[in-house]
Amino acid sequence: MGYFSDIYKGFKTLLTGMRVTGKYFFNARKEIITQQYPDNRSTLTFPERFRGRVYMPHNENNEHRCTGCQACEIACPNGSIEIVWDRILNPDTGKKKKTIDKHIYHLSMCTMCNLCIIACPTDAIKMSHEFELAAFDRADLTMVLNQPGSKLMDGVED
Amino acid sequence: MKSGTLFDPIEQDLHTDEYKINMGPQHPATHGVLRLILTIDGEVIKHVEPDLGYIHRSIEKICERDNYRQIVHLTDRMDYLSSHINNEAVCLLIENALEIEVSDRVKVIRTIIAELTRISSHLLWWGVMGMDVGALTTFMYGFREREMINDIFENTCGARLTMNYNVPGGLMWDIYKDFVKDTKAFLRHFVTKLKEYNDLLTDNVIFRKRTEGVGILSKETAISYGVTGPTLRGSGVSCDIRKLFPYSAYDKVQFDEILMKGGDTFDRYLVRMKEMEQSVSIIEQLIDNIPEGSILEKTRAVIKLPPGEFYQRVETARGELGVYVISDGKKSPYRMKFRSPGFSNLSVINEIAVGHKIGDFVAIISTLDLVIPDIDR
Repeated sequence: MGYFSDIYKGFKTLLTGMRVTGKYFFNARKEIITQQYPDNRSTLTFPERFRGRVYMPHNENNEHRCTGCQACEIACPNGSIEIVWDRILNPDTGKKKKTIDKHIYHLSMCTMCNLCIIACPTDAIKMSHEFELAAFDRADLTMVLNQPGSKLMDGVED
Repeated sequence: MKSGTLFDPIEQDLHTDEYKINMGPQHPATHGVLRLILTIDGEVIKHVEPDLGYIHRSIEKICERDNYRQIVHLTDRMDYLSSHINNEAVCLLIENALEIEVSDRVKVIRTIIAELTRISSHLLWWGVMGMDVGALTTFMYGFREREMINDIFENTCGARLTMNYNVPGGLMWDIYKDFVKDTKAFLRHFVTKLKEYNDLLTDNVIFRKRTEGVGILSKETAISYGVTGPTLRGSGVSCDIRKLFPYSAYDKVQFDEILMKGGDTFDRYLVRMKEMEQSVSIIEQLIDNIPEGSILEKTRAVIKLPPGEFYQRVETARGELGVYVISDGKKSPYRMKFRSPGFSNLSVINEIAVGHKIGDFVAIISTLDLVIPDIDR
C-alpha cells in the first residue's frame, strides 16, 4: 500500500512543482527580469547614491573645490588617497595658502566605503556612477583627480 | 593459505581500507574556499576535518590599526550576506560605550534594513540549498526576489552587498523618497512567492526524502559546540538574541521564535523558511510609522572609547555575532575579537555528518548555511 501511495505522492508533488515552473515558462514574455548587460548601456539607470569610483567635479573654468585639508586622506581606511600639497603665495592678499598639487587616488586599494565623501568639508570629491573599473595595467588604477592646470574655486573655505 | 583454494590470494590483495579525499577548497558545494578532509569508507563518511585559513585577511588585526569609524566598513567583508547587521553590531558597541542614544528613527530604519538583509540572506541560502540537492530552478527564483531587495539597498546606500550604511551615532543617509513604497511592494510580491517556494521545494517528495532524518543534530551536541541561530533553533533550543537581548527596535515588535524538534536537515530548512515569514511580519509592523528624528547624533571627530572591555551581540542571519573590544582609551581598539556564528556552526559538522553518504553531506553543509569569510575573517 505504501508503495503505491508513494508513487502517487511523488507524481503529485512533481506536478505541483511543474505547475509553478510551467506558469513562468508560458508567461516568460510578460515578466522579463533579466537585463542584457553590455547592450543596455544606453538605458542603464543608476540610483543617485550609487557608489562607483571617486572623482572630483570641476566647473567650466577648470576650478575644483578641494582646499587640500587632507580630511579624506585621514578618513580613508586603506590609504587610497594621497594629497600632494604646497603653500603657495597668493598675489592678491600677499599670504601663503595651502593649495593642492595632486590629489592622487589609488583605485586598486579603494573599497568604495564612502568615508572620504562624508569627511570632505567642502564637497570637493564625489562618488561617480562609473562601474566598469577593470584595467589591463595596474598603473592605470592610480589616477590624479584634479585636472591639469586647475585651481581652487573662489569662495571655498574649509 | 590452504592448497587448492583459488580465491584466497586475491582476497588478501584486495583488502578494503579507509580513503581520504579533499572536498574543496574549490568545490561548488562548499560555498567558498572551505576545505573539508573527508575520511570515507566507500561512500560513507567516517570523519570530517575542516581546514580553514584560505580566506584569512586578519580583519581583527587590521581593526587594531584603524580608528573606530574605519572599522565599520571592514565588517562588511566578514559575513557579506548580512553586512548591515555586522555594521550594526560595531556601531551599537561604540554607541553603548560612548553612551550615545540614537533616535527612534535610526533604530526603526536599522531594524527594517536588518530584516530585509535577513530575508535576502535566507533567499540566497534557499536558492543554493535547492541547487545542492539538485534543483537548479530554486537558485534562479531565489535570486529574482533577492534582486528587489538589492535594488532597495542600492537606492538607500549606494551599494548592494557591502553596504556600510551604519556609522557610529546613526546612519550615513536618510532613507530615500520611495523607500516605504518599494519595501511594501516587495513585501506584497514576496508573500505570494513564498507559497511558490513551498510548492516547488518544501513539499517535493524527492527533497523530503533527501533531507528528512539526515544529519540529526541533538540539543546537547548543539549547545556544547556553541551552535547558534537557525541551526540551533532547528534542534529545538530557544536562543534568539533579538528576543533575549533586544537591541534597536526589536523590543517594540511582536514576532515568533521558530523552533523545531527534530534537528535534522529538513527542520533546519523549515526554520529558515518560517523565519522569512517572521521577518516580513516585523517589517510590516514597522514600515508604516517610521518615527521622525535626527538621522545622525553628534560624535567627536576622533572617536575614543573609554578604557575597558565592551561586548555587543546581535542576531545575524546565521546566528549570534559577538563583537568584543578591549580599549585602552586610544583612537583604535587594543584588541578586537569577533565571535562569528559560522565558526561554531561549522565545528559541529563532524558530529552530524558521520555515517552519511557524500550526497547527503552536501545537503548537511548547505543547511549549516556557512559563509567562509565569516569563519576565517
